Amino acid sequence: MQPSGFAQENGMNDASYLRIHRLSKEFDSVAAVDDVTVDIRKGEIFALLGSSGCGKSTLLRMLAGFETPTSGSINLGGVEISAMPPYERPINMMFQSYALFPHMTVWENIAFGLKRQKLDKRKVADQVEQMLALVQLKPYAKRKPHQLSGGQQQRVALARSLALEPRLLLLDEPLGALDRKLREQTQFELKNIIKKVGVTCVMVTHDQEEAMTMADRIAIMSSGAIKQVGTPQEIYETPNCRFVADFIGNVNLFQGTLVEDQPDHCVIETPHGKLYVGHGISGALGMTLCAALRPENIVLQREAPADRRHNCVQGKIKESAYFGASSGYRVILDSGLQLQVTIPSTERHSDMLERGASVFAVWRDTSLMVLTQ
Amino acid sequence: MMKRIENFWHSPALRKGWGKRSVIGIPYIFLILFFSLPFLIVFKLSISDTEGIRFKDLFDYIDGVAILRVRVSNYLFLMTDSLYVYTYWYSIKLAALNTVICLIVGYPFAYFMARAPATWRPTLLMLVTLPFWTSYLLRVYAWKGLLDDNGVINNFLIWAHVIDSPIKMMYTSFSMMVGLVYTYLPFMILPLYSTLVKMNLTLLEAASDLGARPLTTFWLITVPLSKAGIIAGSMLVFIPSLGEYVIPELLGGPETQMIGRTLWNEFFSNNDWTMASAVAVSMVVLILIPLAVFNKYQADSGAAKGT
Repeated sequence: MQPSGFAQENGMNDASYLRIHRLSKEFDSVAAVDDVTVDIRKGEIFALLGSSGCGKSTLLRMLAGFETPTSGSINLGGVEISAMPPYERPINMMFQSYALFPHMTVWENIAFGLKRQKLDKRKVADQVEQMLALVQLKPYAKRKPHQLSGGQQQRVALARSLALEPRLLLLDEPLGALDRKLREQTQFELKNIIKKVGVTCVMVTHDQEEAMTMADRIAIMSSGAIKQVGTPQEIYETPNCRFVADFIGNVNLFQGTLVEDQPDHCVIETPHGKLYVGHGISGALGMTLCAALRPENIVLQREAPADRRHNCVQGKIKESAYFGASSGYRVILDSGLQLQVTIPSTERHSDMLERGASVFAVWRDTSLMVLTQ
Repeated sequence: MMKRIENFWHSPALRKGWGKRSVIGIPYIFLILFFSLPFLIVFKLSISDTEGIRFKDLFDYIDGVAILRVRVSNYLFLMTDSLYVYTYWYSIKLAALNTVICLIVGYPFAYFMARAPATWRPTLLMLVTLPFWTSYLLRVYAWKGLLDDNGVINNFLIWAHVIDSPIKMMYTSFSMMVGLVYTYLPFMILPLYSTLVKMNLTLLEAASDLGARPLTTFWLITVPLSKAGIIAGSMLVFIPSLGEYVIPELLGGPETQMIGRTLWNEFFSNNDWTMASAVAVSMVVLILIPLAVFNKYQADSGAAKGT
């Protein structure tokens, strides 16, 4: 079903099924994608996450073949594809607005790519039926796209992009056009279908929840470059720089200098007090660095803890908000720094801290993430 | 009682109704006065009996017997006389040919205009409509200067030693066709442009992504999605060129017998007003058929979009 160049790919290294090497794209000598190198494993869902204008869509469009790279290479299953036109690439894309052909029925939309392969009618029909079953749209085969709901259109788009059994599936903001409630439900559905088919998938999204729910690995992009690649857990719990820590979730940042560095701990001196980190960082004493702390890792208490030497700061509640599952606080420290704190409702024991209350914020030494850049 | 009547006339619902009605009413009144009424007069003429140069009344009432006198001989003659049948057939063929040529020439025009950078489009649009700034009659007549035996084209070819004696182009079906296509091309380009420029280009990317080569994408996506523009443009070219009089008269040869010309001859050479009216009425009927098809298509596609 695919061009012959892709026939022998057995024995290919699965860890680098799709190799993007030093890929750049310039528009009017402004780099939209700037020297990106990343390897994508066979069968994984890989998310490019970033705010608008970070170059993630341009990268995706280069994979699809709609943009020609200024330099660099794209290698899929051992075949260099960066010079191939889109209609020759064994890659299919699900478009953000779905791009369903409005003058064709659901059936014809799904069959469009198969018919281009010059398959016999029976085979086309079989494959379309299979795709319709996969996305549970059999009763809608004869409808036109405008007669379907947003969620159904999304499933048609998915079926159409999977019908050719592509080597690589591209998803451009796959859930962006759906409303919130439907989006949450569809995230898992979409992931299940992709995993069931087993196709390698690169998706683009600006929604971190979507990326974290669906992707096996995430690449955080900013101004054309990849800042960090890792599993959702790695990205969240061990960000490698301030940008990533700040981009994913909420974070409190403390700027300070390294004053003690041992294999099992280190101490950072900040204007807000000494921070005690439960691991060594093998850095130079006196270097400037940043400690990041997630709001949910902080505990607020009215009485001072027994040991007040480390990781305990005092402040006043400035603002509080009740979210249902949790409560959010802003604590203004004596040093002037504002601290974001999230307390799960299960741990609050119906004791809502009132505004202006004097509190101690404490956290474990393992909660601090040290960022050197 | 007075009070109530006053209230009635000043009720907001009625005033709103009147405002709406008068706005809609203006085109209605215009069409009734300047289309329906003259058409009915022409229709009456076409079925009137004549007595010398005087038209007899359609209705007579003699001794308690009402007589409706309808003369159908003109229509029968139109349908049976080989010259008229030929004229109608020739006009339809010519109008159809003109439509097809305008479509073939106009589609690439419209396509490249619609795909041109957005900043160029107003200029390109103006260039298409520029010919309308001079009189249609003058522009048609100007072709004479180009196509004549000692016109610009022949003179140039003789000067360049491509030919020895002038090619006969003027007063042939060729010169007439050139005039028709030239005149009606903008009416094809403009509706085509307006549908092509609105097309969602992501659909073309999607087709390419699914393995369709550029030409396949054009036939399977671009053309079907510009169907509304193709139909609108074809109607705008076909209908007026069916009744075209000036271009065959100025550029056509003696063998070109189009309805418009026949109509003119019947009115002003033969002075046979009843026959001429019958020709005119048949022509309107002939035009109504493609128009009805067009309207039906528009209604269907409108319903399909749920608008």
